[in-house]
Amino acid sequence: MSDYNFAYLDEQTKRMIRRAILKGLAIPGYQVPFASREMPMPYGWGTGGVQVSAAALTPDDTLKVIDQGADDTTNAVSIRKFFERTAGVATTEETEKASIIQTRHRIPEATLREDQIIVYQVPIPEPLRFLEPRETETRKMHALEEYGLMHVKLYEDISQHGSIATSYAYPVKVEGRYVMDPSPIPKFDNPKMEMAAIQLFGAGREQRIYAVPPYTKVVSLDFEDYPFEATKADHACDLCAAEDSYLDEVIMDDAGGRMFVCSDTDYCRARREAGHVGRLGSDAPLTTGPEAA
Amino acid sequence: MQSLLQVNNIQKMYGHRIGCTDVSFDLYPGEVMGIVGESGSGKSTLLNCLAGHLEPDAGEVIFDTRDRGPVDTVTMSEPERRMLSRTDWAFVHQHARDGLRMSVSAGGNIGERLMAVGDRHYGQIRDRAVDWLDRVEIEESRVDDRPTAFSGGMQQRLQIARNLVTGPRLVFMDEPTGGLDVSVQARLLDLLRGLVREMGLSAIIVTHDLAVVRLLADRLMVMKSGHVVETGLTDQVLDDPQHAYTQLLVSSVLQV
Repeated sequence: MSDYNFAYLDEQTKRMIRRAILKGLAIPGYQVPFASREMPMPYGWGTGGVQVSAAALTPDDTLKVIDQGADDTTNAVSIRKFFERTAGVATTEETEKASIIQTRHRIPEATLREDQIIVYQVPIPEPLRFLEPRETETRKMHALEEYGLMHVKLYEDISQHGSIATSYAYPVKVEGRYVMDPSPIPKFDNPKMEMAAIQLFGAGREQRIYAVPPYTKVVSLDFEDYPFEATKADHACDLCAAEDSYLDEVIMDDAGGRMFVCSDTDYCRARREAGHVGRLGSDAPLTTGPEAA
Repeated sequence: MQSLLQVNNIQKMYGHRIGCTDVSFDLYPGEVMGIVGESGSGKSTLLNCLAGHLEPDAGEVIFDTRDRGPVDTVTMSEPERRMLSRTDWAFVHQHARDGLRMSVSAGGNIGERLMAVGDRHYGQIRDRAVDWLDRVEIEESRVDDRPTAFSGGMQQRLQIARNLVTGPRLVFMDEPTGGLDVSVQARLLDLLRGLVREMGLSAIIVTHDLAVVRLLADRLMVMKSGHVVETGLTDQVLDDPQHAYTQLLVSSVLQV
């Protein structure tokens, strides 16, 4: 612990990041450039989220890290260990007990509260990037609120697939102004973004921070005749029987066997402890995976 | 009659070299103006200055806007100018690739301007895209194909449809028939002439091809080394050229 400054980054860097966060909160959805630091993990592993978490952490905080909803996958485990070692903060797997939640690709099923912060890891913060490769042009489009191009992408989806096939990183308009990439969360989570907690987004490689303050209006883009739909697999969880949670499909064998389980492992565990039993029965082990059958 | 576009003493310098200088003219609603001259004579520079792609060093480009009447587009705010170039103006590039989104289907290309001005009904956008494909003689079944699967002539016609879908009043064209073979050129010219007459468009066409202006343009402006050397009605300039350079230009056309 004494080998590191609290939460790894030096105080000047944290100040710089906090300034970017405050600016981001003041202009919801606007991408604030910041001087992203080299972190002891590769780009794409959440270097942006880690820096935002490091700047937001205090010694009294309780940290939860999830990756695709799970607390026990490589990315989540290594980032949790990183902060245990460099900040010495308490960590938890329970959403209710956490004050800061760093996440990759999911929003927890449990409703977040006003005293919580959720930090998203963002690979590509620019929602217009794949349609307009020039950064100078996309910045101008944001500045002048020229967002017609975003609908061209949705148009292409409908013309090719018959419906809006974009299922993750679904573009949203924040507080009627900026169009924002909500990071690659499934569009099932989009309606949850109007929440009580503070939402911070960090993109390390792209050097951008943006934010959504509590109770901010977040609208998913759509067409009048093809309205937005928050979709999930049409099943109940095979372990906890939840019908309202986002599900992962797990291939069980090479004969077509599969199961659907909650992607939010904490939510699933809590439900099973409360006595809910799914299709695969109460004798299913608490971990998912091929042996779970 | 109120002129649609009034150009006063436009000048653009590239360092010490002249791009174009002292260009003035009026364009009236429904009128087609041709700008001819050899390569490097400043035609494209002038067109880009007029269309707001380049900032002229001096001069005014006064456009008769729908809501505010005549406004100088050089000094107007950028959002306003960009709005104008999505609605009342259209720009047809010489290379269709510059004016199209090659990774987006034909329907999406036509629909982009509609969505940019706030259209949010998929069915209506698609109907108009199909309608416009028909008007530029592209089969309806190609609406979901990407422009990369189109021939050069079809790409150019798609670019025209994409530009005209919002019903602009002024079209800038930079060598619209360049790089197309003669039969495709003839078809494109025929189409353009029909659309210009039918929609009452005003247009400024830059070309080095005298046959194109003979067919399309009402008036002609001949440029050389950044200066306008001769102006007049198309037939008048082509049949009775006064300036030595125009005489050279007209006599250089190959007779088949």
